[in-house]
Amino acid sequence: MAALKPSPGERAPHAERRLRYLLPALALAIVIIGWDLAVRLNSIPPYILPGPGLVMETLVADWSVLSTSLMVTLETTALALFAATVGGVALAILFASSRLVELSLFPFAVILQVTPVIAIAPLLLVYLEPNTAVLVCAWIVAFFPVLSNTALGLVSVDHNLRDLFALYGAGRVKTLVLLRIPAALPYFLGGLRIAGGLALIGAVVAEIAAGSAGKGSGLAYRIVESGYRLNVPRMFAALLLVSLAGIAIFAVLTFLQHLVLRRWHESALKQER
Amino acid sequence: MSASVSAREEKSSAASAGGPLAAFRNVGKSFPNGVTALKNLDLAVREGEFLSLLGPSGCGKSTALRLLAGLAEPSEGDILRRDGSGPREIGFVFQEPTLMPWTTVAQNVRLPLRLKGVARHEAMPRVEEALALVGLGDFRDAYPRELSGGMRMRVSIARALVTRPRLLLMDEPFAALDEITRFKLNDELRTLWRTLGCTIVFVTHSVFESVYLSTRILMFTPRPGRIAAEFTIEASEPREAPFRTSAEYGAECRKVSAALARVMGEG
Repeated sequence: MAALKPSPGERAPHAERRLRYLLPALALAIVIIGWDLAVRLNSIPPYILPGPGLVMETLVADWSVLSTSLMVTLETTALALFAATVGGVALAILFASSRLVELSLFPFAVILQVTPVIAIAPLLLVYLEPNTAVLVCAWIVAFFPVLSNTALGLVSVDHNLRDLFALYGAGRVKTLVLLRIPAALPYFLGGLRIAGGLALIGAVVAEIAAGSAGKGSGLAYRIVESGYRLNVPRMFAALLLVSLAGIAIFAVLTFLQHLVLRRWHESALKQER
Repeated sequence: MSASVSAREEKSSAASAGGPLAAFRNVGKSFPNGVTALKNLDLAVREGEFLSLLGPSGCGKSTALRLLAGLAEPSEGDILRRDGSGPREIGFVFQEPTLMPWTTVAQNVRLPLRLKGVARHEAMPRVEEALALVGLGDFRDAYPRELSGGMRMRVSIARALVTRPRLLLMDEPFAALDEITRFKLNDELRTLWRTLGCTIVFVTHSVFESVYLSTRILMFTPRPGRIAAEFTIEASEPREAPFRTSAEYGAECRKVSAALARVMGEG
């Protein structure tokens, strides 16, 4: 751990940064090699546990089917995240401008959040067309972090700045646009980063609940379907893609956060060092 | 001059100077939590003066400043303002720089004009002018966090000056700065006050700072705050750094400190 300690000279932080990438890569390599060895040495049949090589082969061989499914899931996730952002921000602004609305509606937003989406999905499938039901499920889980974080941000304004706006006779709209919304931005972006992951989870859960009723056939549906057919390598390949999609969403949203906040917010400035 | 000043004396002395810019008449302020910050407070702000409100922490001097700014309403009594010194004619500097971190120095200084609906082409020359006054002309595109504490406070002062207020209210603006920076900003503030000819009300808990800066000091009692004493500092103008070590300054500081000790003893 000596390398992690701050020490004079430029080498320590540089070495630490290299370790930050090297160590997880090394750990991953060890796991994959161990997995491969375990499969080979024990001659485990592929319908129980395929080796990493076979999973990659399947990923390439089934790419046309899997890529179509990936696009379906990504589209659902993106649409849900967009709707969650618009809905969450709009509701947060409404809450921030009217205490009455906040008091009446906030409990229901919480109820929507704490009820497991897997329990709501079958009902939604009864009343809605499958694709819409999947989208609504993803939206339900994604919108709450946007709402609660943005609502918190809108009221977390420096009280002296609020006084300053009052002193110069700023109205509600000007205070909202010039003060409260910029002040809420870091909170909103934090919520968005959580919402991105949750939108994917919501989409996957709903696709599984929809099962064969889902005509869209996203990645989660591929996993279920391949399970029925005992096509375990394809299950792994689809799972890998879901994982990569989640990582990509997180990376994109983190980068967005960095872009927006890099000039002024403490969180972004620490990363720059 | 260390005796309590009655409302009547206050009124007559203010009237002789062409009438006060603003005056408190028997003002009281209590908060919902039961704290009484101010009681039976009478004071007048005379045009062109540099007035310090001096007192221990929690004596209500900041509350008095907020009432003067119109940021809060008194629970009792009246606050009279001469036409043209309503809340919109006031500049306010807080203890912290209170800048918007998400935008540039120039946009921070422009804020009061923007809130008043002044068009951009009209506002920007005034922003440049205000930044030049505090010596930050080259930093218009910097972000607040890129500046030192003293520079941030200068931005805050430029923002207060950009509307060309007649009355500048300052709430312990230099309390969080190191001594070297504080002395420098003290000198700069005095220069601004003399060149701009505005009236300044300056809240502080430092005897030395108040004597150095002010033409007049009002000393507050511990809470609930009233005026315990009034001092006129008749040192020659302009005051510069040598004034800090002069016998005159030392004598004034001793006088004010002695009065403060008495006031604290009674409280």
